[in-house]
Amino acid sequence: MATVRSAAIALFVAAIALFVVAQRLLTAVAQSPTYGVGRAPTRAELKAIDIEVTPDGKGLPRGRGTAAEGKEVYTRRCETCHGPTGKEGPQDVLVGGRGSLASPAPQKTVGSYWPYATTLWDYINRAMPFEHPSTLTADEVYATTAYVLFLNGIVGERDELNEKTLPAINMPNRSGFIADPRPDIGPGAKQKSR
Amino acid sequence: MRQSIMTTRSRRWFLRLGAAWSAALVACRSKTAPPGAEPRALGASVSAYGSRSRFNRAARLVNTNTRVPLEEAASFTPLRDTYGIITPSSLHFERHHAGVPEIDPATHTLTIHGLVDRPLAFTVDDLKRLPSVSRIHFLECSGNSLSEWRRPGESARSDVQRIHGLTSCSEWTGVPVSLLLRECSVDPKATWVLAEGADACKMTRSIPMKKMLDDALAVYAQNGEPLRPEQGYPLRLLLPGWEGNSNVKWLRRLKAMDQPAMSREETSKYTDLMPDGTARQFTFDMEAKSIITRPSGGDTLAGPGLYEITGIAWSGRGTIARVEITIDGGATWTPAELQTPVLPRAHTRFRWRWQWDGRDALIASRCTDDTGYTQPPLADLIAIRGRNSMYHNNGIQMWKVAADGTITNGNRA
Repeated sequence: MATVRSAAIALFVAAIALFVVAQRLLTAVAQSPTYGVGRAPTRAELKAIDIEVTPDGKGLPRGRGTAAEGKEVYTRRCETCHGPTGKEGPQDVLVGGRGSLASPAPQKTVGSYWPYATTLWDYINRAMPFEHPSTLTADEVYATTAYVLFLNGIVGERDELNEKTLPAINMPNRSGFIADPRPDIGPGAKQKSR
Repeated sequence: MRQSIMTTRSRRWFLRLGAAWSAALVACRSKTAPPGAEPRALGASVSAYGSRSRFNRAARLVNTNTRVPLEEAASFTPLRDTYGIITPSSLHFERHHAGVPEIDPATHTLTIHGLVDRPLAFTVDDLKRLPSVSRIHFLECSGNSLSEWRRPGESARSDVQRIHGLTSCSEWTGVPVSLLLRECSVDPKATWVLAEGADACKMTRSIPMKKMLDDALAVYAQNGEPLRPEQGYPLRLLLPGWEGNSNVKWLRRLKAMDQPAMSREETSKYTDLMPDGTARQFTFDMEAKSIITRPSGGDTLAGPGLYEITGIAWSGRGTIARVEITIDGGATWTPAELQTPVLPRAHTRFRWRWQWDGRDALIASRCTDDTGYTQPPLADLIAIRGRNSMYHNNGIQMWKVAADGTITNGNRA
């Protein structure tokens, strides 16, 4: 009796195992490449290009910086293009313009327009300084970001920005963006919802 | 005997060469044959890569103001002096955010990663092994026609190239992005795809997965030859009908994500500010638009008589169904002839025969696409969007024809 029972159990277990393996195989077939062209990138290759930072802070490296520290980096690396206080140009004006967006002469700056502080970190990291991009250390990017936000009155001079505090910053124009409502004219125009 | 034949032949050949040479010298001296003269001068020989006649000087308009930074660099297609629906690659408009990089295709890869089961890196040669398609599509910068928002018609001397030259149309060849994403087996949680360029600013836009699976292409060729460097050589993204900036050039990576990255370009730049201070975001579609390219601003009509009014119409949402022409500032409209092929999300050429009576006229075109959307008057757009939205001006362009035949920008504030 015992042998019959253990044989039945063994058969049952084998059947389940076979079922699981078959299912795995089927899934593998369903997800296998059709063409087999291209190769798997190495971990190092992915790390080198996987640079974007999203509003939730994903992609931020460990590091830190304050506006007080960023002032030095800004003066050395940014001021020629953005002016002593971020308002003078000649390139993009970074500071000021709060409350101007609905006026006839809106000023779109980091302080008045940019919805996420993470975007500032990301852009400085990927593209700044314009003629020498990707030459700042992570700490320098945190510090420069802090300084530009400080000039806009968004963080204090000694507030530390790091991978935790940066995504928590609530930018003044955070809720200033709406989804595309077009077509907004003609017979096909969507009804105004507000 | 054989030797002497050869000698005679060689001598003849030499004499002919001499004659050709002196004819060429004469031709060089006089530059061109006098009118009515029989063509006798031998022409140039074959060449490895063609060039155009030195008498054709149509060129992109390049802003010569050196204070305009490289970040804002743009050049404009000479729409008045291009014909049919295809823009020559050499005259395709440009817009770059950190200059044109020089990329050796041997060192370039497109990496697809993020929310996928199997990240893959493709060389351009890899992509050429995969099933490709060729499609004719326009590409328009969403900042095209920007001058007319704030000061419509203010620059009366402005011409069609300066106002509207940030649109072009090409035959693009590449691999459907949907095929590449399937090859990597995308996680169903991925709703966005980040596209990133290999230029110095690593230009980045987030694209809805739906568009990527619909008709997006990873393009390696334009108008029958590899992409031009200023169009993204060796590889660019093409999103048919969507604003130029989202068609990322020098494409190096696509990352499947569950949210948009909120890059600088898609937050602080290519967003449309409304009169109430809010801004529209992810305004990808280029809506139906048409312009008369000839005759247009800067032209002078020789006198009353027959002129062909011609131009281009296009819609990012579909196919052009109808183009109409007015010669009385929009009071009355009559249909123009659409020249085939009429293709979805492509420039469509229209023509209309005009018997000019020599009096003041305000001429314009307007188009309707197959969604039923009709290109609006500029004033109607301004009434809704104000004057500071910068992007997506698809309003009707008026050209003012004066009794002396001169044509100027006829838009009104």
